[in-house]
Amino acid sequence: MANVTKQAIEPPIGGPLGKAIVWVDQRFPLMALWKSQVSEYYAPKNFNFWYYFGVLSTVALAIQIVTGIFLTMNYKPDAKLAFASVEYIMREVPGGWLIRYMHSTGASLFFVVVYLHMMRGLMYGSYRKPRELLWIFGCLIYLCMMAEAFFGYLLPWGQMSYWGAQVIINLFAAIPFIGEDLSVWIRGDYNIGDATLNRFFAFHVIAIPLVLLGLVAAHLVALHEVGSNNPDGIEINKDLSPDGTPKDGIPFHPYYTVKDTVGVVVFLAVFSAIVFFAPDMGGYFLEGPNFVQADPLQTPAHIAPVWYFTPYYAMLRAVPSELASFLPATQFYGVAIMGGATMILFALPWLDRGKVKSVRYRGPIYRWFLAAFVVSFLILGYLGVVSTTVWGQLPKGLAIVGGMDVATLVARILTAVYFAFFLLMPWYTRKDKELPEPERVTY
Amino acid sequence: MSAIVLNEVDPKKRRFLIAATSVVGAGAAAAGAVPFVASMFPSARAVAAGAPVEVDLAKIEPGQMLTVEYRGAPHWVIKRTPEMIAQLAKNDKFLADPKSEGSKQPDYAKNDARAIKPEVFVARGICTHLGCSPTFRKELGAADLGADWPGGFFCPCHQSKFDMAGRVFAGMPAPTNLVIPPYKFVADSKLLIGDDSKA
Repeated sequence: MANVTKQAIEPPIGGPLGKAIVWVDQRFPLMALWKSQVSEYYAPKNFNFWYYFGVLSTVALAIQIVTGIFLTMNYKPDAKLAFASVEYIMREVPGGWLIRYMHSTGASLFFVVVYLHMMRGLMYGSYRKPRELLWIFGCLIYLCMMAEAFFGYLLPWGQMSYWGAQVIINLFAAIPFIGEDLSVWIRGDYNIGDATLNRFFAFHVIAIPLVLLGLVAAHLVALHEVGSNNPDGIEINKDLSPDGTPKDGIPFHPYYTVKDTVGVVVFLAVFSAIVFFAPDMGGYFLEGPNFVQADPLQTPAHIAPVWYFTPYYAMLRAVPSELASFLPATQFYGVAIMGGATMILFALPWLDRGKVKSVRYRGPIYRWFLAAFVVSFLILGYLGVVSTTVWGQLPKGLAIVGGMDVATLVARILTAVYFAFFLLMPWYTRKDKELPEPERVTY
Repeated sequence: MSAIVLNEVDPKKRRFLIAATSVVGAGAAAAGAVPFVASMFPSARAVAAGAPVEVDLAKIEPGQMLTVEYRGAPHWVIKRTPEMIAQLAKNDKFLADPKSEGSKQPDYAKNDARAIKPEVFVARGICTHLGCSPTFRKELGAADLGADWPGGFFCPCHQSKFDMAGRVFAGMPAPTNLVIPPYKFVADSKLLIGDDSKA
């Protein structure tokens, strides 16, 4: 019998609390975890503004989980009762309106901080070796968030909930051969109905959140294994002090816990301002037609997804169902482009052939491509909100594009730019004239 | 006593056993998933709920549309005016599939008017693009649809346009014409949607 005797552990503080910590530590590696993951986890000392968004995503996730649990206590996942139960939460449950607005605002702000977090990764090459898996976990989290947002959006059972879900489920029906059966399987009925609502509730409150939490844990474990990247894109672990700690690193606690606390306070101030003064954000966070109960016989006059899906929606709309005369006419082309636009993110670590990671030392071609990519994404996001007729039509006399909606043409060009950023990356990152990276981090 | 040497491992046999156990285990897991996957298909009650719907045509004025629910989806019954019927042939050259070759309809509705009787148009009111319900826009030259708008249906979701026989115009997101459901006349002014069996 190998009887392992634990080493005598010094209480970190005096008094009964110190004794309690020692008691726990003899049975669970509490202090060891704290040290390795927090107080002696070395992060680069040159983090800037962009490094707030990781911790803010965690805060947003926590808000969604807590408010979600309390909404579940009064919400009814039944096609006959759902809409009224949301009104009940808004009007009769004490504090219900506040909890619901926190949940709906939290959803949008979760996407805001995650998009900024992804932008940070793009700019500083945080997806590059050895962080490929960290990036992939992040992409999976993003997919889960989209699924979570989609399932959750049906639950209020408003007009936009219903017709939004109708459109998205019909995307699957466009898949050749199995599509029709697949969409029936997803709905559990031939049309969106009670069965659909009930299962979306199950996915939204338990299935996806469980996966999401697991992925967040994997994301953090992978991050702490390889260490954080930084705005210079150089590895701090290559240059160590005699005591074995990186010269350009500082312990996460207390330095970054304090910095992040400031960021969290600012985030919560913005969050509260939206919750109390503009909970529907002029129709962008909560859409007008969703204040009308779902009507399977009547599509609202203007339907658009919530803002965080609109870039992909604009791509979907931009692709015609007839690509060429020898190909069958199907809406699958648009669906494939839309799916490809998210899936291509996974390939990013292997598309980038640059020697440097950070945009600070990249050459001009990369910078122009990145700028074009960001501008395309933003304009596509705008075009996904508005009608395709927003910029009028081209004169009928023009060759090829005559009579076409200007917005559709622009969306097609920008979709091409979006994909060019990724697909041409192996070429332009290798060809680019990069600057030398510094030996040590800069400020 | 025969000596049993505990350390002697046959790695080939071990690999085979691990692989065989994994395959059987994976088969069991797949079989175990069957009831869960099956539970997500429509229930017996949902399958049974698709009863045909009767429509009284006397209630509809010429040029008017009536929407009824059949299998949870909107279905339209429209009494077309002679002008609407006359316009159909003029649309042909602007359409993606004027003869409805690649579109879904019963054989008796695969004609120029896509109907049993040209003056009564029946269609499933669901866009073949992504399932929104188009709006009935019979007014000619509507301001938002262009001066040459010949009357028809307009999908608010992705701006597909259809003519008064549910035929899609060329270059629209919708790939095919609107679906015509099975239907029959049970009397001169009575229609049954969802059933075309001959009595």
